[in-house]
Amino acid sequence: MKSRPTNPGAGPFEQALACDQRDFDEPWQAEAFALAVQLHHQGLFSWPEWSETLAAEIAKLAERGEENYFLCWLNALEGLVERKAVTSRSELAFVADAWREAYRNTPHGKPVHLAD
Amino acid sequence: MSGGHQHPPSEMALRVKALETLLTDRGIVDAGAMDAVLDYYEHKVGPRNGARVVARAWVDPAYRARLLDDATAAVGELGFLGLQGECMVAVENTDNVHNVVVCTLCSCYPWSVLGLPPAWYKSHAYRSRVVLEPRAVLQEFGVNLPDETEVRVWDSTAEVRYLVLPRRPEGTESLDEEQLAGLVTRDAMIGTAVLDGSPGESAGQGATAESPAASTPAPKVEPSPKVE
Repeated sequence: MKSRPTNPGAGPFEQALACDQRDFDEPWQAEAFALAVQLHHQGLFSWPEWSETLAAEIAKLAERGEENYFLCWLNALEGLVERKAVTSRSELAFVADAWREAYRNTPHGKPVHLAD
Repeated sequence: MSGGHQHPPSEMALRVKALETLLTDRGIVDAGAMDAVLDYYEHKVGPRNGARVVARAWVDPAYRARLLDDATAAVGELGFLGLQGECMVAVENTDNVHNVVVCTLCSCYPWSVLGLPPAWYKSHAYRSRVVLEPRAVLQEFGVNLPDETEVRVWDSTAEVRYLVLPRRPEGTESLDEEQLAGLVTRDAMIGTAVLDGSPGESAGQGATAESPAASTPAPKVEPSPKVE
């Protein structure tokens, strides 16, 4: 077996393990996770369909030498809802912009609402 | 930006908010159900479920046989049902065989018995390397196997999820099922740890110091690992 220099017990996975205490680093990751699971429960897509889409997004980013698991998750989610004609990328971008504006225009401490 | 107003969240957070808004407006998802999903995956399922399966298999030979024959049914007997309609397969470590699980394409994982996968399980380094050089990867986890032990790597899919049935540690003959379950760690059920009989950490959600925020440094990997 061709082995790279390894220090048993101190390899890269050891470092990864040290930061491996939480499922999600940021709330949006948890929300994106829950959205996919719920859409599956609603029957919008099968789980194999989901996995395939996620795997394709992971591969796409990996081709560029990048790795960002939950970004891939989010890309897969947007791709699937568009493919299922639930909404479109342009509509999503429009609503995201509206939310950005709503944050900017809401005084600190007040709940943020979307203008109709 | 003027003092009293709020900073918008990150681009990705805004994209998720947009999805939530549109899907909620269309009556496809609702906030209550999303909270329930998160509560379930963060608190109700986890490696403790898998540890109970393993401990039962150690003390009850008939259950062990059923688990190895049809893990979906045997795991279901204990009330742990896969929510994506997946099929479960249990693979048993023996004196001669060590099993380790991966999902090379994405992150398929036996959620119902192990909860959500750890960050390293989803990393490119683990996904690509464990297939090509399992012994080297296992060594980095601190698992040193004798040369004569055969290593089997199982690639999960959306349809089939694997659970490793670790070897019962020596000197645990006097322990009951509950105590045995306390020895079983998440990593042992993925195959990246072996049990030595000391109480398991991660079946509870092992923790030492608080974790550094945000990005988990992905393990480094060389561009295209050579086939051995």
